Amino acid sequence: MKDFATLFTRIDESTKTTVKVAALADYFQTATPQDRLWTIALFTGRRPKRTITATRLRTWAAEVAGLPDWLFEESYSIVGDLAETISLVLPPARNITERTLTDWIAYIKSLSAREEDDRKAGILSAWDSMPNTERFLFTKLLTGGFRIGVSGKLITRALAKATGQPEPQLTHKLMGNWTPDTTTWDALIEADDPTADLSRPYPFYLAYQLDGFDDLGVPTDWNAERKWDGIRGQLILRGGEHHLWSRGEDLMTDRFPELAQLLDYLPEGTVIDGEVLAFAAEKPLSFNALQKRIGRKTVPKKLLTEAPVILMAYDLLEHQGDDIRNTPLKDRRAQLQSLIADVPATAPIRLSASVPFQTWQDLSAARDQSRALNAEGLMLKRLDSPYLAGRKRGDWWKWKIDPLTIDAVMIYAQAGHGRRANLFTDYTFAVRHGSDLVPFTKAYSGLTDKEFREITSWVRKNTLQRFGPVRQVPPEHVFEIAFEGIQASPRHKSGVALRFPRMLRWRRDKPVDEANTLDDLKELLATYG
Amino acid sequence: MADVLTFTDRGIYCPAGDFYIDPWKPVDRALITHGHSDHARFGMGRYLATAGTAPVMRHRLGQITLETVRYGETTRIGDADVSFHPAGHVPGSAQIRVAVKGQVWVASGDYKTVADGLSEPFEPVQCHAFITECTFGLPIFKWTPEDILTQQINDWWAANAAAGRASILGAYALGKAQRLLTTVNPEIGPILTHGAIENTNAVLRNQGFPLPDTTLVTPDMSHKTHPGALVLATPSALGTTWARRFGTASTAFASGWMALRGVRRRRAADRGFIVSDHADWEGLNTAIKATGATKIFATHGYTSAFQKWLSSQGYDAHIVSTDYQGEDFDQAEGPEA
Repeated sequence: MKDFATLFTRIDESTKTTVKVAALADYFQTATPQDRLWTIALFTGRRPKRTITATRLRTWAAEVAGLPDWLFEESYSIVGDLAETISLVLPPARNITERTLTDWIAYIKSLSAREEDDRKAGILSAWDSMPNTERFLFTKLLTGGFRIGVSGKLITRALAKATGQPEPQLTHKLMGNWTPDTTTWDALIEADDPTADLSRPYPFYLAYQLDGFDDLGVPTDWNAERKWDGIRGQLILRGGEHHLWSRGEDLMTDRFPELAQLLDYLPEGTVIDGEVLAFAAEKPLSFNALQKRIGRKTVPKKLLTEAPVILMAYDLLEHQGDDIRNTPLKDRRAQLQSLIADVPATAPIRLSASVPFQTWQDLSAARDQSRALNAEGLMLKRLDSPYLAGRKRGDWWKWKIDPLTIDAVMIYAQAGHGRRANLFTDYTFAVRHGSDLVPFTKAYSGLTDKEFREITSWVRKNTLQRFGPVRQVPPEHVFEIAFEGIQASPRHKSGVALRFPRMLRWRRDKPVDEANTLDDLKELLATYG
Repeated sequence: MADVLTFTDRGIYCPAGDFYIDPWKPVDRALITHGHSDHARFGMGRYLATAGTAPVMRHRLGQITLETVRYGETTRIGDADVSFHPAGHVPGSAQIRVAVKGQVWVASGDYKTVADGLSEPFEPVQCHAFITECTFGLPIFKWTPEDILTQQINDWWAANAAAGRASILGAYALGKAQRLLTTVNPEIGPILTHGAIENTNAVLRNQGFPLPDTTLVTPDMSHKTHPGALVLATPSALGTTWARRFGTASTAFASGWMALRGVRRRRAADRGFIVSDHADWEGLNTAIKATGATKIFATHGYTSAFQKWLSSQGYDAHIVSTDYQGEDFDQAEGPEA
């Protein structure tokens, strides 16, 4: 664990990418193959199975530290990370012993089969045997979610440096549902064939937001299509089975069982990039309809009829078992089109149509229709572009519509945690209703650090009342709140729920009596809900 | 029995002596615990402070009417007996003990219980009621032992110097900067200082505090003129054009907030050294216990949690609202604490 802790410290102590990559590359050249594999797994979101609940860990840590539970919780709310809170409150370790990362993971697994008392004793003795950083990392293994400022991109760069293999190939090798228990360093990294695993998806190609037409050249070089508002997904048909992956590398196959019938219509060895959409009467439904199906592992029949889904196909990545990502987009689309042409209209797949245009102005007009079509905007893709891995500039651009906005009054503030500990960053906003203020949303992003500091200092001086961590403040500041969607919600006092609300700007120029009203909000609901 | 000290919108007030302690609005008579700007403010008719605090107050507040006392010396003001006792916060800092008719209250200002090698060490004062800060009043705050801290800073500086990089360390101008100066190893390289720190250095040197040689950063200086230098700067100077003259330097902050990984990452410094001039969790609890007080007032910091904790430990604990800010890491031009 010591070398893993050293790696973590080197990464954590630097803000420079080159330093982080060098630290990882060193580690990939010196650690044992099994430790390397686990490190890749952890940094790409593949954590060991949780064997002890977070509640138990908190209770045990508070007990060892001699703290009442509420004080532990109070501390946790400031720190924002359970493993860090635990490692901070525990007394110093007394029996330092060294085990490898892989050993500790095996140790954690072995606890799951034991009785509660044994598991507790096992955890307490582990905590008592590690210095601080190692204890923090060990507890991170128990609580899951190993986000420590290392992106997948950084991992592949470091692996490329350590192994001499090209980055895109490594990115591909790391995709899919492998775990260190199902593969080895040699099979995953050293072996030549990234398609050995039949369910393995290709890395998604992601676009940047368009920042102007100047560098695009002539319109005839480009294909425009709608940017649909669903879940980006990759459908894999190989070996008589199908797999549906989300962009976040979640396997979603069972959540959308209607897509299984595509096995009957599409040939073996097909991989399609598309958007999972709730769809009825040849039209996409709003994202609100699809939302009901997100997070459900199994789908009741009623929901299948209420919110049926299709795959809106964007691109063809594999055809008859061949990786065709390097052929030009126009050829890939032609092949995709002919594949879909052979599929009966009752099957849940459509080709995402090209949006015809002659000039960039035409395109702007087409973009204005997005909301009416339940689309998020447009995509522009160069006709001769390959399908690249990850977010790249140049050949693909997204051109999203502007968000909906409303001017609201800040009425409560709460301190953030983690990066934002001791700063007031989480606010509750209200709209006016007669002489009342009706709260309707919370938001905690969109301002600069400087603005957050200024508001923090104002909140400290202007607290009217405290409700635990929440401060009531005088309704003096107006903010423009941006959001992507709005829907009716009986659970909220205002009767509405917003999708992805954030602060677009601090309207210092606006007095409170010019903020929007509940009627304004209801009008937005009537128009866009 | 009347309270020895009361809490008003001007500051902590003693009716028996008709004076205020660390007031934040103009009053006739102000007793000052230490020179940080949220405790020693402009506009008071008369000031009373320790001899050790006086020079920095004169330096910062200019022409003021200021009387000084020695630690432990008792002064009669009205019907109150007043004395100042070391708070260990910064050089010259004091807790103020006020006794009226056998009732003893102590206003501690800001304090820390660990000796920093420069400030007069904290001295517990027996009292009935104790007014305490709790900037770091949660059990997640435990300071790095002084010897390990020194080692960490020296190692960091030496490694940077060996790699040809400057080391820029952000620390508050009064107290923190000087205590770091006395612990670092001056043989590693030259020590450069930001103006606000160098001014305070001059005041403390005049008072006889032994600080190593430092050089004020002037426009002609860079990492080329002073290779391998340690640059002590105020936290707000990091990331500015002022700091950019030192090229691709390694940056660090020295603050109690560095105990939290999130805060460390927010400030995007390469390193964070966990060191404060305020008491950590254990320090607060030890100090309060040592006073023998049963009545505790928490002024600034994690007041609600700390009050609840003290109540659960059997104290008669209260929260009072003040304008003190403690170690306010995010204040752009903040009071140094």
